[in-house]
Amino acid sequence: MKTINLQEQSVRELNQLLHDQAAECTEREWEVLEPKGAHNIACGIDQSLSVDIKGHAGYFCAGMNKHAHITVFGNAGQGVAENMMSGTVRVKGDASQAAGATAHGGLLVIEGNAGARCGISMKGIDIVVKGNVGHMSCFMGQAGSLVVCGDAGDALGDSLYEVHIYVKGDVKSLGADCIEKEMRDEHIEELTALLNRAGVDEDPSKFKRYGSARQLYNFKVDNASAY
Amino acid sequence: MSDDIKVKDGLRESATFDRLTMHEIRRAAETGIYDIRGFGAKRKLPHFDDLLFLGASMSRYPLEGYRERCNTSVTLGTRYAKKPLELDIPVTIAGMSFGALSANAKEALGRGASIMGTSTTTGDGGMTPEERGQSKKLVYQYLPSRYGMNPDDLRKADAIEVVLGQGAKPGGGGMLLGQKITDRVAKMRTLPMGVDQRSACRHPDWTGPDDLTIKIQELREITDWQVPIYIKVGATRTYYDVKLAVKAGADVIVVDGMQGGTAATQDVFIEHVGIPTLAAIPQAVQALQEMDMHREVQLIVSGGIRNGADVAKCMALGADAVAIGTAALIALGCNHPMYDEEFKKIGSAAGFYDDYHEGKDPAGISTQDPDLMKRLDPVVAGRKLANYLNVLTLEAQTLARACGKNDLRNLEPEDLVALTIESAAMARVPLAGTDWIPGHNF
Repeated sequence: MKTINLQEQSVRELNQLLHDQAAECTEREWEVLEPKGAHNIACGIDQSLSVDIKGHAGYFCAGMNKHAHITVFGNAGQGVAENMMSGTVRVKGDASQAAGATAHGGLLVIEGNAGARCGISMKGIDIVVKGNVGHMSCFMGQAGSLVVCGDAGDALGDSLYEVHIYVKGDVKSLGADCIEKEMRDEHIEELTALLNRAGVDEDPSKFKRYGSARQLYNFKVDNASAY
Repeated sequence: MSDDIKVKDGLRESATFDRLTMHEIRRAAETGIYDIRGFGAKRKLPHFDDLLFLGASMSRYPLEGYRERCNTSVTLGTRYAKKPLELDIPVTIAGMSFGALSANAKEALGRGASIMGTSTTTGDGGMTPEERGQSKKLVYQYLPSRYGMNPDDLRKADAIEVVLGQGAKPGGGGMLLGQKITDRVAKMRTLPMGVDQRSACRHPDWTGPDDLTIKIQELREITDWQVPIYIKVGATRTYYDVKLAVKAGADVIVVDGMQGGTAATQDVFIEHVGIPTLAAIPQAVQALQEMDMHREVQLIVSGGIRNGADVAKCMALGADAVAIGTAALIALGCNHPMYDEEFKKIGSAAGFYDDYHEGKDPAGISTQDPDLMKRLDPVVAGRKLANYLNVLTLEAQTLARACGKNDLRNLEPEDLVALTIESAAMARVPLAGTDWIPGHNF
């Protein structure tokens, strides 16, 4: 295992070493010590690496990740796993706002709570949150799934496209064009698989499903009051 | 009835409710929705035609045209990037999306720009292989929608442009209407076919200039600090926006004035939001100079650039380069009179067509219709664009030589005067024949 202490080396040095692994992979297991909330840790990785961040991470941790499996043993700041393409990002603590924003693929697991706009404009990522999510989560979400084992804040799924949302707890309010939908067998299957992948022990039958009513997909003047 | 006959008959059109205004009121009453269109502002605004160059006579010494060299090259991104972008001419192609434009149009832009040694820019929708293939120097836009955004393309780019606003619609998002969404466009944007594709007005994962600083660092980290990072703003509070962009770490700032074009947005936005390009440049330059960053952070100006005089005037006011969008499309064949009959069939006319969002462009440029697309030969159109870029450069050089400058970037405000009080105040150059700059020396 390769160990980097961010009090001794810079984020730039760490990221360059991780990026170099895409050209020649010499070390698959990495450990980052004393991150102390530094921003942009382990972003832009393009290799199947395992990276353990032993502490709190700042903004945009694991941004645009491809292939790597990154674990934050602490809290993560704004935009964790922003625009992730594949791989896995797991946050053992809480995540700030815009977790998984615009991400195209991979799995983001937040074992604590996530702040506002979790999964905003998500484009194919799967996100599993063991705790609660804040307001405007999944705003303009395009594809993928958001699983919330706790409660969801205001305006969940506002202006949603094709994201599947599963919430076990209470939803404070639904956003424009977001509705509760029937939980059919295929959805139970999908949710079960997501929970298994995330390593979360929850009963899929206790969740409700939400999705787009698809009434705002094309602008009609009759819908103007919804905007 | 011609206008002459109407006047002779004592008929007088209202200046307030002219025929265009009445037409719009009727259209609004019929449809209940605002007008969405493309192109840029159509109202007359203070512009570069309101400025003149002071060619050399006695007190200045001109350079010989066709004999003495006048440098046109420019390097962008010298602040932090390991690989700054070297351009042979200071005229670049502004960001325009695949989706709004046909693949052939994007290819033609790449071909034309590459012939002249300058860059093109992607747009909302991501980078296509054709575009990367034909553009020797390609700027990858990082837009609020993040349609098609991925790190592989990011690493293929020669520069990254973080788009915060557009001159045609500062503060507004875009709308690619469903009729233009082909299977390919839908897949690139991860959206279903036929859905109106809204482009967000703000970035989803940061909320202010301090966040932007960290976001820019993220982009630099992902690309190992290799390529320049641009920040593009629509011209509004330009002085403050430029200062914040410098503070956030931009290598290059792009200021897009309100004459800048767009693929589709509300007419009321295009005509009533933002400030003219002419007014934005001195604000941007002042901000850079006060931070001792003029020329260290390069300034690209766009929004209604049409000819070499516009290019030279932008540079005299302090820009390092300009970007063209609408003019580049016209060079390719947009609104060409050869399609006048077909324009008329869709309720428009050559020179007036601005319904880019409907996807029916007879010139094959702002469409995804395969049959219409074929009308634009990317090789021929690319050659036309190169010719046009060449003319812009030659014209700008001619004016610079007349002012005694052997480099376009040596042009300066002292080389300019204004024809009107308004343009003198906005451009901060003296009214012609005086030493009066309104608001500066009384």
